[in-house]
Order: sequence, then C-alpha cells, then structure tokens
Amino acid sequence: MLQQSTSEALTSKPTSTRPRTPLLVHMALAYLAVFVTTAAVAQFIIPYDPAAIDLKARLSPPIGWGGSLAHPFGTDELGRDMLSRLVLSIQMSVSIGLGATGLGAMVGTSLGFIAAHLRGWIEQAILALIDFQATMPFLILALAVLAFIGNSLAVFVCLLALHGWERYARIARSLAISANAQGYASAVRQLGAHPLHVYWRHILPNVAATLIVSMTISFPEIILVESGLSFLGLGVQPPSTSLGAMVGYGRDYLARAPWVLMMPSLVISLMALSVSLIGDWLRDRFDGTLR
Amino acid sequence: MAWFALARFARAMITILVVVGFAFIVLRLSGDPALEILSNDAPPEARDAFRSAFGLDQPIWVQFFDYMTRIAAGNLGNSMREGRNALAVVIERIPITLALSVPAFLINVVIGIPAGILAALHRNSLLDRGVMLGAVAGFTIPTFVLGLLLVLVFSVQLGWLPSGGARSWHHAILPVLTLGAGGAAVLARYTRSAMLEVLGQPYIRTAHVKGVPWRLVVYRHALPNAAIPMVTIIGFMLGQLIAGAVLVESVFAWPGVGRLLVASVVSRDLPVVQCVLFLIAVTMVTSNLLVDLLYGLLDPRIRRGGQA
Repeated sequence: MLQQSTSEALTSKPTSTRPRTPLLVHMALAYLAVFVTTAAVAQFIIPYDPAAIDLKARLSPPIGWGGSLAHPFGTDELGRDMLSRLVLSIQMSVSIGLGATGLGAMVGTSLGFIAAHLRGWIEQAILALIDFQATMPFLILALAVLAFIGNSLAVFVCLLALHGWERYARIARSLAISANAQGYASAVRQLGAHPLHVYWRHILPNVAATLIVSMTISFPEIILVESGLSFLGLGVQPPSTSLGAMVGYGRDYLARAPWVLMMPSLVISLMALSVSLIGDWLRDRFDGTLR
Repeated sequence: MAWFALARFARAMITILVVVGFAFIVLRLSGDPALEILSNDAPPEARDAFRSAFGLDQPIWVQFFDYMTRIAAGNLGNSMREGRNALAVVIERIPITLALSVPAFLINVVIGIPAGILAALHRNSLLDRGVMLGAVAGFTIPTFVLGLLLVLVFSVQLGWLPSGGARSWHHAILPVLTLGAGGAAVLARYTRSAMLEVLGQPYIRTAHVKGVPWRLVVYRHALPNAAIPMVTIIGFMLGQLIAGAVLVESVFAWPGVGRLLVASVVSRDLPVVQCVLFLIAVTMVTSNLLVDLLYGLLDPRIRRGGQA
C-alpha cells in the first residue's frame, strides 16, 4: 500500500498549496541522515578499538547513570566500549541492508524482465515463485535455508536479498509489459537492437523511479529481518557485530547492565519509526483522496 | 463461485508444491549427505553403499518422486536430536504455541479494530493522533525489543511477572502482550485507512445527506465496505498463528513451534526443520485460501469477475 502510494508520489505533480512539513518528519529525516552518515564514516569516529578488552572497566554505566566521559555509552561484560561497538554495528547493519537490497533488486528486476520478455510457461513459473515467496513468512524461509546450508556473511547477504525480490519482479514485469506496448521500445527493436539493449538502455531507465521507491521500502525491512536473525544468534557471527547481535548479547546482562541492550534497541526502533513516519507523511502529502 | 473456488484451490496446491520443491532443492544444495554422515576418509565402496541404500544414486527426478511420496504419506523421517518421528515432535508443540498466539490474536482484533474505527470517525482529533502514535510505535518497535523492554520493566524492575518459561498462566502474560501489541497496532492502522477511504465515498455522503442517522451510516454502509482490506490483514494474522511467534518464543523461552524451529536450525536437525516449514506453508496457504473465498462471499464483483 505504502509502495503503491509512494510510487504515485513520484509521478504525480505536487499541488500548489504546500502544507508545512511537520517537525516529526524533519526529525525523522535528520535521524536517518545521521544513521547513514555514521555507517559511512564509522572507522574515523570510533573512539576505541571495538574489540579492545578492558577488564578493569567492565560493565561501566553510561553517562547519566553514573558513567564517565571515557565511555559515554558505557562498556559491556568484557569492558569493550559500547559507543564504538554501536557505531560498527550500525555500519554492519547498513552495509548488509544496502548489499541485500541491491542484490534483491537486481535479481527481482531481471526475473521480472525475463517473465515479460519470454511469456509462456517461464512466465507462469516465475509467477508461481512470486506466489510462493509472498505466501511464506520470510523469517521462516530464512531459518530453513540457514539450517540447510549453514551460515557465512556472504550466504547471509544473499539470503536477505531474497527478501522483497518478488516485489521488484512483479513491478518490473508489469511495467515492462506496458513499456513493450509503447512506441519507443518497439521503435528501438525494429531498428535491430538486441533485447538486452532494449531492456537495459530503454526500458530500465523508464521504470527505475518505481523500482527505487521499492528499494527504499525494502532497505529498513531488511535491516529489521537482519536484526531479528542476528538476535537469535543465526545472523552475523562474532567477532563481527550488528545491531540485532548486540541486542542478543545484551540480553544476558538485562538485570545488571540494561544499557548494553537499550542502546542498540533504541537505534533500531528509531530507524524503523523514522522510515514509517516519512512514509506516512509522503502518503498523506501526495494522496489527494485522503486529504 | 465453484470455478472461482476451484481456481483458488489449484493455486494453493501449486504454492505448496513449490514449498516442497524448495525444500528438496535446498536440501540437495546443502552438500553430499554421504560425505556429511560418513567421515571424509570412508572408503569409496562405503559411500557408494550408503548412496544406494538411501536412493542417492538414482536420477534426480526419481529421488524427487520418492521424496514426494514419502511426504504425501506424512513420513518426514526421525528427528536427529530426539530420535522420534519428526512430525510427532512438531505436532506436540503446536498447542503450546497456540496458547500464546490465540489470546494474542483476540487482543489484536478486540483492540485493533475498534481503535482504528474510532480514529477514522474522529479524524485529526486528539483521539486519532493518540491512537495513531500508539500504532506507529507498536509496529515499528521490533517484537524482540518490545519483549525485552517488558521483561526489563515487569520482571527485573518491578518483579511482578516471570521473565521466561511456561509453567503457569503467569508466564504467558508478557509474551501474549508482546505479540498482541504489535498486531493490534497493525490492525488499527489498516482499519483506520480502510474506513477513511470508504467514508470519503459519495454513497456515504448521500446516505448521510438523505437523513440516515450517522450511526446507521457507519454500521450499514461504511463498515461492510471497509471489510475487504480488514479481512485480508486478519486472514494474514490467522496464517501467522504458528509462524508469527518465533522471536517472541525465543525471548520468553516459551517451548512452542518457533523455539523448536530455532533450536533445530542451530543443531541442523533437518527433518524437524522441514516439518515446521511444511506445517507453516500449509497454514499460510489455507488461511490465504479462506481469505480469497471470503472475498468472493463479501464482494459479488470479485466472484463474478473470476480473475481478480
């Protein structure tokens, strides 16, 4: 639903009466900007080596709970600096999110184009796969694959790329079918262009906007799935760390050191909240029927 | 209607077939069982004997056919950890999961739908803002985070409720709340937007202007038309009764299907994982099928259109 309305958002012209952007949306945008920037510059801003163990400073609390400036977000069971670990976790989660989103978009779009180009039983097979993917809860599929194949970072990213591929496939297929019926595609084809050339150079640029909107929806969802799996201990493996892995680790110190768990929880929740606020705002802003 | 139902049924069957095929392919991708079970330096004759004993030397389509017949007979092999029939291991966990997910489902419906309707009827009021803020918070906080927050407050700080396990009904309160809050939030949002869309239609204005009491307009005209999107999401929640509790069961050490799945994934107990996978596929497909058929009953345009 969000996907549909935001894709309309890009194609419809904004109306002349421009309502003021609510403060909450500004805050959400600012938060996401900080989130992504943190991931980009992580290596330059971490105060400590995130793996450095300092047993004398074990479980020291963050500022506000009696902590000192030396470890503003406190330390964990091994005296590792929480701020540094948090920053690296954000980087890991964002990288996995970007990688999986990109890979998923490529696979899904290609399958959608293949379905649109070949039609016939191949199209039916791809549609059946789409049905299957849309029916099964993604977390369950992911768990099944991890059980069968085992885990490594590469497998994990490829697995998360499966999340949402059916959306791109569906969109790419229907857009390609309608694009094929339009003049520009058949014009290039009659000039003798190879089908790959037609799809890559002519149809893809024309459907890119909708696909990109779809990617912006997938990205936070993938981070949430990644967090869930890592929380279960089945995602990112130590010594690497991600937001969900930090929550899973902090769970053991829930009573003695709740900050170990609170910081990453807060970061994930605010990320999801920001994306959702912006999505709602875009929908209200551009969907004339709801105003 | 019969054709409509039959077409939907065929699609449901195809989806289940794809799930079974998926499991077969992933299982074969995971490596040569002969190498996994026998050690690496087992003599080649032993490996060949193992392969022919389990039919692994047959052509792939014969293996697939064997696999399908075994599944159709309900024989998914024995759990590697417990040594008992995998299906039995999974089935005895189902009531434990339902003990969490059914009350949570009731909370979803009893809180989510009225909250959404109220918010839509009092659009932009303080009530609407409050409900929507709660709803956004409820579904953006990941369930495992919400569960741990509740544990922190009610078990660690206040000491009122146990933090995990399944010995008494006290143990179910926090997990049910965690599951219920997220679902109620989602349902409230869907209900609100479905109602708002219907309330903006000309026939509602007509009914209102011709003097039908507003209460009747809501009950007779708006609610039935807002039902389709609501049925979709409720059907989805029904399908999630078993699959939806994986994270919550893990947070609260609740010994249901979800926890069994996670434990089996960790120990690579493949027969059990397959059983859970098929069980969830069947529940999801069945609930989707029910929703589709319900659409046909609710909206004559869909069943006459055939392809909707």
